[in-house]
Amino acid sequence: MAVCVAVIAKENYPLYIRSIPTENELKFHYMVHTSLDVVDEKISAMGKALVDQRELYLGLLYPTEDYKVYGYVTNSKVKFVMVVDSSNTALRDNEIRSMFRKLHNSYTDVMCNPFYNPGDRIQSRAFDGMVTSMMIQVC
Amino acid sequence: MSPTQWDFPVELCCRPMAFVTLTGLDVVYNAVHRAVWDAFCANRRADRVPISFKVLPGDHEYPKCRPKRTSYEWYIPKGILKTGWMNKHLNLVPALVVVFYELDWDEPQWKEKQSECATRVEIVRQSLQGRNTKVAVVLIQKKTPLPPGEDVIASERAAALCNACELSGKSLFVLPHTDHLVGYIIRLENAFYEHAQTYYYTEIRRVKSHKEFLNKTTHQLLFVRHQFKIAFFSELKQDTQNALKNYRTAYNLVHELRAHETNILEIKTMAGFINYKICRLCFQHNTPLDAIAQFRKHIDLCKKKIGSAELAFEHAAWMSKQFQAFGDLFDEAIKLGLTAIQTQNPGFYYQQAAYYAQERKQLAKALCNHEASVTYPNPDPLETQAGVLDFYGQRSWRQGVLSFDLSDPEKEKVGILAIQLKERSVVHSEVIITLLSNAVAQFKKYKCPRMKSHLMVQMGEEYYYAKDYTKALKLLDYVMCDYRSEGWWTLLTSILTTALKCSYLMAQLKDYITYSLELLGRASTLKDDQKSRIEKNLINVLMNESPDPEPDCDILAVKTAQKLWVDRISLAGSNVFTIGVQDFVPFVQCKAKFHAPSFHVDVPVQFDVYLKADCPHPIRFSKLCISFNNQEYNQFCVIEEASKASDVLENLTQGKMCLVPGKTRKFLFKFVAKTEDVGKKIEITSVDLVLGSEAGRCVVLNWQGGGGDAASAQEALQASRSFKRRPRLPDSEVHWDGIVIQASTMIISRVPNISVHLRHDPPALTNEMYCLVVTVQSHEKSPIRDVKLTAGLKPGQDANLTQKTHVTLHGTELCDESYPALLTDIPIGDLQPGEQLEKAVYVRCGTVGSRMFLVYVSYLINTAIEGKETVCKCHKDETVTIETVFPFDVAVKFVSTKFEHLERVYADIPFLLMTDLLSASPWALTIVSSELQLAPSMTPVDQLESQVDRVVLQTGESASECFCLRCPSVGNVEGGVATGHYVISWKRTSATDGVPVISTVITLPHVIVENIPLHVNADLPSFGRVRESLPVRYHLQNKTDLVQDVEISVEPSDAFMFSGLKQIRLRILPGTEQEMLYNFYPLMAGYQQLPSLNINLLRFPNFTNQLLRRFIPTSIFVKPQGRLVDDASIAAA
Repeated sequence: MAVCVAVIAKENYPLYIRSIPTENELKFHYMVHTSLDVVDEKISAMGKALVDQRELYLGLLYPTEDYKVYGYVTNSKVKFVMVVDSSNTALRDNEIRSMFRKLHNSYTDVMCNPFYNPGDRIQSRAFDGMVTSMMIQVC
Repeated sequence: MSPTQWDFPVELCCRPMAFVTLTGLDVVYNAVHRAVWDAFCANRRADRVPISFKVLPGDHEYPKCRPKRTSYEWYIPKGILKTGWMNKHLNLVPALVVVFYELDWDEPQWKEKQSECATRVEIVRQSLQGRNTKVAVVLIQKKTPLPPGEDVIASERAAALCNACELSGKSLFVLPHTDHLVGYIIRLENAFYEHAQTYYYTEIRRVKSHKEFLNKTTHQLLFVRHQFKIAFFSELKQDTQNALKNYRTAYNLVHELRAHETNILEIKTMAGFINYKICRLCFQHNTPLDAIAQFRKHIDLCKKKIGSAELAFEHAAWMSKQFQAFGDLFDEAIKLGLTAIQTQNPGFYYQQAAYYAQERKQLAKALCNHEASVTYPNPDPLETQAGVLDFYGQRSWRQGVLSFDLSDPEKEKVGILAIQLKERSVVHSEVIITLLSNAVAQFKKYKCPRMKSHLMVQMGEEYYYAKDYTKALKLLDYVMCDYRSEGWWTLLTSILTTALKCSYLMAQLKDYITYSLELLGRASTLKDDQKSRIEKNLINVLMNESPDPEPDCDILAVKTAQKLWVDRISLAGSNVFTIGVQDFVPFVQCKAKFHAPSFHVDVPVQFDVYLKADCPHPIRFSKLCISFNNQEYNQFCVIEEASKASDVLENLTQGKMCLVPGKTRKFLFKFVAKTEDVGKKIEITSVDLVLGSEAGRCVVLNWQGGGGDAASAQEALQASRSFKRRPRLPDSEVHWDGIVIQASTMIISRVPNISVHLRHDPPALTNEMYCLVVTVQSHEKSPIRDVKLTAGLKPGQDANLTQKTHVTLHGTELCDESYPALLTDIPIGDLQPGEQLEKAVYVRCGTVGSRMFLVYVSYLINTAIEGKETVCKCHKDETVTIETVFPFDVAVKFVSTKFEHLERVYADIPFLLMTDLLSASPWALTIVSSELQLAPSMTPVDQLESQVDRVVLQTGESASECFCLRCPSVGNVEGGVATGHYVISWKRTSATDGVPVISTVITLPHVIVENIPLHVNADLPSFGRVRESLPVRYHLQNKTDLVQDVEISVEPSDAFMFSGLKQIRLRILPGTEQEMLYNFYPLMAGYQQLPSLNINLLRFPNFTNQLLRRFIPTSIFVKPQGRLVDDASIAAA
């Protein structure tokens, strides 16, 4: 389903990034990193609109030949980026949205862990498991 | 095959324009013809009709027209589009041939000329045989033509000429060679344009007419060809809408063709051409979304049409070209006003083009790795007879072969080999870098800094593959900091690894060391075995030896590099490298921490430097030194070990000059601060750690300030947020995260060991010499010298206070304005241990209010710090707030001689001035004396001696004085008459005799003086007695310069009988006085009302009895009638 899932801190460094092992990991790192350009732009555009829409889903960030990159930003400006194979047409906006919501919930659980220090890399088995389920789940 | 094989032909990319040839013009020798030609072709602006003109001789041979095919039944096309076709219709076959001929209507030899012209037209027609090309004649005339219809000869001859040339009237034009040449030319070319459009219209019709003969099985290729031709002719006709429509149809038809390995290239080539045309027209029609949609469709359709696996790189090259061409079109449209956005800009297409170019490189590398012995086939299968292909996208060795079976597999093999060998000579990196840099330029424009960085990394890597290590390093180094600052360590590590390879291959020592330092650091995500390898190399380099080559480097390049490294070793030169670590993440971390934010000058300054290594193996350093803002301390803070280069490997884990991975090492430094630095900040400006030795090579890691690198700020922040409890460590060890850098400390003076007490009696009284006794007692163990006192108003308060506060040491005399508000550095000598000293300071405060006073005692003392004798300056200060109050309030009032309050006084009539002194001081005051200093306008009635001398006033008590004064008439003075001053000399009762007396001067209020016309005063005894005569004398004084008529009457009273004039009218001369004598006879005892005297001044009706009452008594005390004996006693009393 998803080929890469990443959680990016407010300061734009990665908190969590995982991609399918079959492909070059570095490629996905670059892809997620470059997508932050669009995320930044979208967030600043949101600020300009002055309307506090509670819409966290940023939609399709940018398409490449082989992948689609989607973004989501929490109220605390933590970004979720998901890379999906372009050929996977079964994934509609709604599915992506719900995947992000799941990711957000799981992230919230991580944050609620009193032993987790916000800003540290995420090393949670539950979160890992959730991401794994997103990556292997076939629609 | 040219290297630009994948580039689109020029004729495809240009804008098609109607082609018109001009004949009969001699542009070389004939000035008139030259001018005509220039008017046609020079300065063609956008508003002129789109025609491309060409001058050709009249007998020019145009391309021959193939004989018309009557049936397509047996015709099998050999390809989709001939390579020459577009060029033929753009530049060779005109839509219109114009014959220029010099002929005036009144030409005498008309007949001859007419037939010559007809011949020329005929020749042109001949050479155009079979084509639908139009012919037009333009007569160049010297005379301006008359308006149409007026010149009969002209119209006759025109008709004749048309006839002779077999022209319609619409094809004959006249060009008068006059002033308005350009205007005529524009009209002419508009007419030509119409003819051209008609020509292309008929061409379209002609091509369309073929359609009905075609059948779907054998003529599939022709469907595409015809559709393309129609579209192209439409473009020539400038009918872009129809052109687009037809191109779209053609595009669909191309994909309907049966594709096979043998013709896939042709199909893709044509699809690419048509797609290019469609996208171009879409951008031209300002429908960029259509263009993008078409392009996406095109790519999706063609992506999988790889064709021959052996030539897969061709497909990648073709794909790359598609993206690049679209990027170019997009960019061009933007230059013409289209706006692009961040997520949809040409950069993406260039990036994708670069991606395919990279793929092409990979494929070429895999497919073209022939042995060196494989030679290029001879004869060259890529060579064609004509030098060019007949049809676009076909293989040169089997042109026009439509069969899907390979008739000659051997030939095919040779052909493929030739292409593969050709591909080997392509400089792929150059292509890739060009595309990437195009993309970089675009992404820079559309606010994609990270995308830009990513592409620059790719460029750097490509330069690395292209062996241009200098450029590679430059690019990689440029973007490294972006990844570092955002904390993308995986990406940074990957870039660093490439950079390390580059620096190895160039034997760039400093870069090599820098990258090694960072790759060994905590930001690096390399595995430990890699780190070990790098560390080993680094140690080698520090020992002036060559490092091992980096893995995966080109073998040849490694050989060159090894030579370079050997050269480096033998090269004498600077072997010390100072590397500022502030901007990266080296493998040694450093934190410096002063033990306290401030140190007293008499204790040694102590600080720790913590070091931690993140590399896999222990590392030894040769020197650690710290620099301060005051460089004199540097010498005290150095750890150095004289070690030989050979020692580096031995005793690695021992000794204090060794850093064990993961362990925090602490180095304690201390030094004695200089007394000059008291009150200053001592800052660590840098920490230098030297790795390696000067005998070999050494690297100085330089931390600015108290340590910290590019990643440490974020780590410190995380550590401070963390609630995690850290596991206990042995006492000697500390947690790295728990250490906070403290790079500066203050040097403060030694703690004073004296006491300063102030003795005084607040509040201060205004203007008094307020005594402040300062007691200094030494508690030091040794004598103190040079004790100095600074006392006075604390600086920094209201400036007015400074003006009104004066300090002196001499209390015996009053100080004046010249005395300062603060006395500084009063030497008070030396003090032995335990000795006490007193000093009185006098302060005079001119205004009330509170003031802060500062008492500051400084002294010198000899102390020993760390066995060193130094002189320390210590000081102690005290501040005290003192309130200043008025010593007393003075109230002054004017009363009449009857003690009645007066608002004004009457000229020449005595009145009383009463002063009332109310003590406001909490301390007893002694009024030494008081004095009334009268103004010249006032005269005393009696002696003005003080009545309050030596009076002591306690708080709240008051002392009053009373003076009888008279004020002569002064006329009407505005604001009243000055009375004078009241001077009170006083001091505190407690004050000693030496303390000066303070004089407080009070300005008495002004009083309004009024004249009255008549003054009456009465002489009467102080009391009466019942039944005893009481003589009363009234004096009436005329105070005016006029004779006064006075009516006087006395009203009877019950208590008195009286004798005298009861009612009288009399005159009083100016300045004189009249006496009235009455004898009153009291009838009742007690306080009795006198018979009231009424006076009426005829001249001054304002003068009322009310006023009169002020001067004369209205009642008197009458004693009862006593016994005679008592009388005498009373009289005696």
